[in-house]
Amino acid sequence: MQETFYDVMRRQGITRRSFLKYCSLAAAALGLGPSFAPQIAHAMETKPRIPVLWLHGLECTCCSESFIRSAHPLAKDVILSMISLDYDDTIMAAAGEQAEAIIEETIQKYDGNYILAVEGNAPLNEDGMYCIIGGKPFVEQLRHAADHAKAIVSWGSCASWGCVQAARPNPTRATPTHMVPGIADKPIIKVPGCPPISEVMTAVITYILTFEKLPDLDRQGRPKMFYSQRIHDKCYRRPHFDAGQFVESFDDEGARKGYCLYKVGCKGPTTYNACSTVRWNGGLSFPIQAGHPCIGCSEDGFWDKGSFYDRLTKVKGFGIEADADEVGKTAATVVGGAAAVHAAASIVKHVAQKGKEE
Amino acid sequence: MSVTVTPNGFNLDTSGQRVVVDPVTRIEGHMRCEVNVDENNIIRNAVSTGTMWRGLEVILKGRDPRDAWAFVQRICGVCTGTHALTSVRAVEDALNIDIPENANSIRNIMQLSLQVHDHLVHFYHLHALDWVNPVNALKADPKATSALQQSISKHAKSSPGYFRDIQTRVKKFIESGQLGPFKNGYWTNPAYKLPPEADLMAVAHYLEALDFQKDIMTVRTIFGGKDTHPNWLVGGVPCAINMDGVMAAGAPINMERLNLVKSITDRTIEFIDNVYIPDLLAIAGFYKDWMYGGGLSSQALLSYGDIPDRANDYSAANLMMPRGAIINGKLEEVHEVDLRNPDEVQEFVPHSWYNYPDEGKGLHPWDGVTEPNYELGPNTVGTKTHIRELDEGAKYSWIKAPRWRGHAMEVGPLARYVIGYMQGHEEIKDQVDGVLRHLDVPITALFSTLGRTAARGLEASWAAHKQKYFLDKLIANIKAGDTATANTDNFDPSTWPSEIKGVGFTEAPRGALGHWIKIKDTKIDNYQCVVPTTWNGSPRDNQGNIGAFEASLMNTKVERAEEPVEILRTLHSFDPCLACSTHVMSEEGEELAEVKVR
Repeated sequence: MQETFYDVMRRQGITRRSFLKYCSLAAAALGLGPSFAPQIAHAMETKPRIPVLWLHGLECTCCSESFIRSAHPLAKDVILSMISLDYDDTIMAAAGEQAEAIIEETIQKYDGNYILAVEGNAPLNEDGMYCIIGGKPFVEQLRHAADHAKAIVSWGSCASWGCVQAARPNPTRATPTHMVPGIADKPIIKVPGCPPISEVMTAVITYILTFEKLPDLDRQGRPKMFYSQRIHDKCYRRPHFDAGQFVESFDDEGARKGYCLYKVGCKGPTTYNACSTVRWNGGLSFPIQAGHPCIGCSEDGFWDKGSFYDRLTKVKGFGIEADADEVGKTAATVVGGAAAVHAAASIVKHVAQKGKEE
Repeated sequence: MSVTVTPNGFNLDTSGQRVVVDPVTRIEGHMRCEVNVDENNIIRNAVSTGTMWRGLEVILKGRDPRDAWAFVQRICGVCTGTHALTSVRAVEDALNIDIPENANSIRNIMQLSLQVHDHLVHFYHLHALDWVNPVNALKADPKATSALQQSISKHAKSSPGYFRDIQTRVKKFIESGQLGPFKNGYWTNPAYKLPPEADLMAVAHYLEALDFQKDIMTVRTIFGGKDTHPNWLVGGVPCAINMDGVMAAGAPINMERLNLVKSITDRTIEFIDNVYIPDLLAIAGFYKDWMYGGGLSSQALLSYGDIPDRANDYSAANLMMPRGAIINGKLEEVHEVDLRNPDEVQEFVPHSWYNYPDEGKGLHPWDGVTEPNYELGPNTVGTKTHIRELDEGAKYSWIKAPRWRGHAMEVGPLARYVIGYMQGHEEIKDQVDGVLRHLDVPITALFSTLGRTAARGLEASWAAHKQKYFLDKLIANIKAGDTATANTDNFDPSTWPSEIKGVGFTEAPRGALGHWIKIKDTKIDNYQCVVPTTWNGSPRDNQGNIGAFEASLMNTKVERAEEPVEILRTLHSFDPCLACSTHVMSEEGEELAEVKVR
């Protein structure tokens, strides 16, 4: 008989009161409001811990590192109480044959009922031997685990898009999960970012456990709840963009006043992520707040879109204010141009205001 | 004859049973290890293999050097930032850029917080399960655990009730049958020596450290905007300072932010000194008869040095982490190290999956060549895509073999501590002598798996205190009226000479790290990284010298050949980082066509 999530929590010495408190925190973390807490509690009282196989291909482990930085819920509680992290070669006690045996055991016991989490990606060149696990190509392990999974979570930009090792010229032919030839036709949730935000990672997991369904995805396969807005849309420096107040060079007067970083290369206007809303490391900050332009690390192919310090586009000319209103409706590639026009319009406005002051 | 003697003094005997560990887990990246054990279960031959390759340097070719830090930072997300720092230093070296004092202090704070975080997470979450048996913790008396805790430190969480709660949580977890990360561990192996009370204390701290580690890194979120992978800047740091001017509240660094850094720094020191160090000493006390794993540590050690006290002075005298090289076991003779000297650092590939024009020779990183060449030797057991046993007489790893003046070297905290000790570095001497006294062991005890693990812990404490030193220094400098954080004089590529080159270095948590860059017409012409695990995890070289991982496994007794606890224990003591070690790639001639694309 399988135990429920709530059973496990109770057996681990957690009181009913703490459990309910936890549920309201989880609701808050998901941005759902307190009325959802009972629903979360109910879900957790009736579900066993779901097995997770967390595979690593060509990667740098930044996704795992981000995951353990989650402030709410704590990584400890996710690992001990929410999921059963049966395979993750970064933290598992077993090695070699005893480690590999776990994948087979999990497939036998939970066929079609475990989550496959993928960090990194599979190289296809050299018959896959640019990434070897147990003497065989990683891509074989990936395909095998995918065949029997319930769903796949592609952690980070490596698994979602390819990321740095797939940047031009992609010497190993590193390939994101959904583009691996022969990969099983399973739901794939992309959680891009290099790495993704810690609390976004744990929220995606918690959402699946709580609501017993996969999150709604956008056209590119990302959870809408975290990836439907651009950094620019909710950036606290946005008023400076609109007012035409820009950092012209690092550590200038504008940098010290927290002006907009658009002119030193900020990719916030074309980057879909929750950095300016959820922020990083327990809501503490995000790149723009710490003075560096967004490099667009959650976007497909962000390594190959020119220098991080180049302005988004060289589009010149003057726009009218109406163009700026169109920004949110257009596709990412167009958005760059629209943002430039918007910026230009803001500059014009700024100059005009200056003229008035004088 | 199956016995060969390596130039660096190891007798390799391949006649015994071959034991394969793949994957080696609880490391960063992917690694394989094969050993031969004799009839007494003693390791008589060791083979260490990097099993991944990403080709980052060829990807860097033609890019903007100011962007390089972001690419190379993605070499590793565990030692996140150290590659980025090395990169901005290399570019600044090429462009002759001096950075402001505040930028130096902030970079040091970020680098030191990484040292602390990395060492702490390594000890509890990657290494501890080699020494600590969570199943045995269930037998502990919480009162005895409490007494043990209170006898070794003033850590507040020390009551019998606290340990009872932890024990209950672990018990229920194990009894659930869903063992998660502890599944298939070697929990009945006699290699585990701790009494149940110590196991329970360590398990409690495994969980506490998992909670606390995320706080340590918030320092880097404040200065770098996010962590993992904070942001850096050629010429300084991107976080401008505004203490009391208009709009200070929206500025990257203001009073509130500095207070947060101070609070985290103080709590970090407390956790390291009250939890990590006492645990380390307590656990080491139960294993001090297990003196395996010395390998190259008493023979050949290398450190580049790091943590410049004053900005822009990279001379050994200004570096707070020591620089030097020890070879041939002559500990008292510490050699100077020059990363620009073509005769010092060189990489070899006769046993690595790369081609050189002349594989008998090594190449300095500025002149490095890399062409991947995955081929297995004639004595391989298995096939190209299903390796059962490797042939170490041929090419067998995605890691190159770097050598210092022809010597295989060990790098890392132990190398830094032995070199610092021999140079008379006072803080290091005090720490090391204190531990040796506490454990009542001779200085030779340092040259072991445990010595490596102990040096890492001592360094975490040193780094936490130095983090405070640089925060105080930053505040004093701001108080003196200097708020500069970036020098952008040479930021515009149109001001650059057409051909320049530079080298940058740091001491990454795992050891000496160097990046060599050549810039031509404002773009990267060549970029080479020689990283700590390339040194430690290197395969054999042209002379047949074995690397540090391989050397450290030699002559170790394993309790059960089929349960690789001892192998993991010693490999983990280096904190292997395979993504770091196996990305190496390219030189000017390396057009993409030369990369074998099938």
